[in-house]
Amino acid sequence: MSLPAEGRSMEAKTARPRRMASAAMRRFVIGLGTIIVLLLLWEAVTDLGLIDPILISSPSRVIEAGIGPFSSGDIWPDIDVSAVEFAWGYLAAIVIGIPLGLGMGLYKRINYLVGPFIDMLNAVPRITFLPILILWFGIGIWSKVAVVLMGAVIPITIATYTGVRTNEARFVRVARSFGASPWKLLTSIILPGTVPYLFTGLKYGAGRALLGVVVGEIYASTSGVGHMISDAGNLFDTSTVFLGVVMFMAVGVTVTTLLNRIERHFDRWRPETQRQ
Amino acid sequence: MTKIKLEARNIGLEYGRGTQNRLVALSDINLSIYENEFVSIVGPSGCGKTTFLSVVDGLIEASGGQILVDGKVVTKPGSDRAVVFQDSSLLPWRTVMKNVVYGLECVGVKSKEAEERAAHFIEMVGLAGFENRFPYQLSGGMQQRVNLARALVMDPEILLMDEPFAALDAQTRELMQEELLQIWSKSGKTVLFITHQIDEAIFLSDRVIVFSARPGRVKEDIKIPLERPRSLKLKRDPRFHALEDRIWALIQEDAVRTPQRATAG
Amino acid sequence: MTVLVKPQAAEKRPPGVLDVIRDTYFAYERGILGVLAFVLFLLIWEGLGRGWWADLFHAESLRVKPIMLSAPSTIAAAAWHMYFVTGEMWRHLGLSGFEFLLGFLASCFIGIPAGLICGRYRDLAYAAEPLLNALNATPQVALIPLVVLWIGTGLGARVFIIALLMIVPLIINGFAAMRTVEPKYLTLAKSFGAGEWTVFRTIILPASTPFLLAGIRLSIGRGMIGIVVGEIYGAPVGIGVMINQAGQTFQTAKVFVGVLTIVICGLVLSEVVRRIERRVERWRPQIQEQSS
Repeated sequence: MSLPAEGRSMEAKTARPRRMASAAMRRFVIGLGTIIVLLLLWEAVTDLGLIDPILISSPSRVIEAGIGPFSSGDIWPDIDVSAVEFAWGYLAAIVIGIPLGLGMGLYKRINYLVGPFIDMLNAVPRITFLPILILWFGIGIWSKVAVVLMGAVIPITIATYTGVRTNEARFVRVARSFGASPWKLLTSIILPGTVPYLFTGLKYGAGRALLGVVVGEIYASTSGVGHMISDAGNLFDTSTVFLGVVMFMAVGVTVTTLLNRIERHFDRWRPETQRQ
Repeated sequence: MTKIKLEARNIGLEYGRGTQNRLVALSDINLSIYENEFVSIVGPSGCGKTTFLSVVDGLIEASGGQILVDGKVVTKPGSDRAVVFQDSSLLPWRTVMKNVVYGLECVGVKSKEAEERAAHFIEMVGLAGFENRFPYQLSGGMQQRVNLARALVMDPEILLMDEPFAALDAQTRELMQEELLQIWSKSGKTVLFITHQIDEAIFLSDRVIVFSARPGRVKEDIKIPLERPRSLKLKRDPRFHALEDRIWALIQEDAVRTPQRATAG
Repeated sequence: MTVLVKPQAAEKRPPGVLDVIRDTYFAYERGILGVLAFVLFLLIWEGLGRGWWADLFHAESLRVKPIMLSAPSTIAAAAWHMYFVTGEMWRHLGLSGFEFLLGFLASCFIGIPAGLICGRYRDLAYAAEPLLNALNATPQVALIPLVVLWIGTGLGARVFIIALLMIVPLIINGFAAMRTVEPKYLTLAKSFGAGEWTVFRTIILPASTPFLLAGIRLSIGRGMIGIVVGEIYGAPVGIGVMINQAGQTFQTAKVFVGVLTIVICGLVLSEVVRRIERRVERWRPQIQEQSS
């Protein structure tokens, strides 16, 4: 540790912009450096024979494990199954969650009826319902679609509801004063105000959805990337396990990045400091 | 200036009828405003001025009495009236242009025509060139100009202004008052203006209505016999000060009676 | 639309019986509708399980086989049997609870200090940040086959799996807590000549408590997942094992008892933490949750 512990508080005293730029640079270099060093270390301990690669594999072995199935195309059916589970479950969660959240936010009676169920489901990981869903839908893709849906629909619903409820009455007054129709009120006032909340819910929901795919496939399945991981584990094929983990990680990061992009497009009207 | 444009007859408003929290907000308000007249309502905070304006606009339904425009009873917001709301009622996710055309959109005017009409009023309030800014990129004074343009573009016969300059700093507020008078004299609108600034009310108005503390009632109807056109110099005129003292005394009576609300200014 | 202002119109007549009923309904509408929805839900479910609706509407598609769906009354009976007649649930709860406790303690003892230390020193934080982001983006459940490979399927492995899932929000919230400690408080402490331990005790610990409690609350749910998933590789007893075996033999009521037991445990534990949070943090506005 080359800097004193209170380094952060010292920053403020010196020239700000240059200092900040160099801090960002430092952050980037150290962050990237750490990752590279760890990857090299991982490679080294296995290549030097300090740890048996069967236990922890190594970056080069993971890449090698990926080249085969990707070039032969053997992996596509698994990716296909996982993608379908994720896509259908997540889409269904959006299609159900947004209108439900809107309904709960706009009509208090819907909220009184449905709210307690949503609150209860929110307090527990919906993944625990997986055994029941497998009883109902079998070990094929539909039990996973169902668990993905259950995982993602709750945060999306709650976020939409919160967004509607925090809509400010003054904007509603403006719309009514200009004689806006209920539809116009919904599209010009309530929905735009809900967007920032909605995206938080969508990001949260995507994480839940991905978790559903992984747990569902490891718990009981016949195909999918999670199944590939599970199978590889049984065969002591550590490299393929890591390959699957990296693939899930990549999907998680990609979806989040994508949602951030879209959100930024909708968010131009907010001052920089209020954006998430 | 002889035709009655806007009339309030026995307006009363009561919340929570029959419960412990019964609250009489407005009580038996009678008021006539003539065509092309500029009338202000002042009163202690919480006296129901803004609520009364909402009743006039039709946003709130009165528990008793009637609002008449040109002798006809109105109960809902209509294109004959437009409100300039208090600060920050601009839709933050819309640009200046989009905010100004909002009311036209609501009544179904085609967007091209709407934008042409809006451009005229954006220029009138001195914001040409700022059409594509978002509200957060504008100063408080500029935001209120957009607010004004948004109401004017509807071409209402009556302009209802709800403490539009309350959040502005003192200098900007005075400049905006002068500018408002210029726009008003050109447009020939009837204006009902709510404020808690006594000097603002006198400076702008033909008549100042003083409301009592809750429940809001018409306490006094004061003619402002100062000649027009007016400039800010008028605020140093002795007649102006006399009017100010008189209105302040009326408000103070109530403010003393309800000390927790004694913030009228 | 509840967002609109709607004052009542003034009418002058004495309240009748209907008015009283109506006013009472409106005063307790939320509770009444909530209970109504719940009762309705149970009733529909019971009817599906017992074929009431199939008989009523002459539609056989509404008759759900008990293998698919046990009626609430059947589940309640099964729960009674498993808890108070054979008492088998206590053994399941006992071992799973023990695993959970060990996993929780391990993840607290490792995760919280790790998060705090990584957040305390700037360069270490820069190094840890991308790793934590990656960890947060990865579904850690996918690592379970590796755990089995490393340490088998014994008690240690199950505890490890639970700890692996629980540790992530603790590290991340510890890290976030440290990164949001106001530098001016640290400067203040330093200017009084406080040593590192005093700074930790007087500034860092109070400032990070709400983050850590929020982290614990998030980790409880993940621990519950760990119990169910961790035990699929086998264990002598345990709720996960019980659910798994009941599922494979299509004893649907037992599956429901197991799942509902876990759900209730999760609800109770997170409510306990929420209570503690409220008690400890009465002086502070609410903290946003830092990880999923």
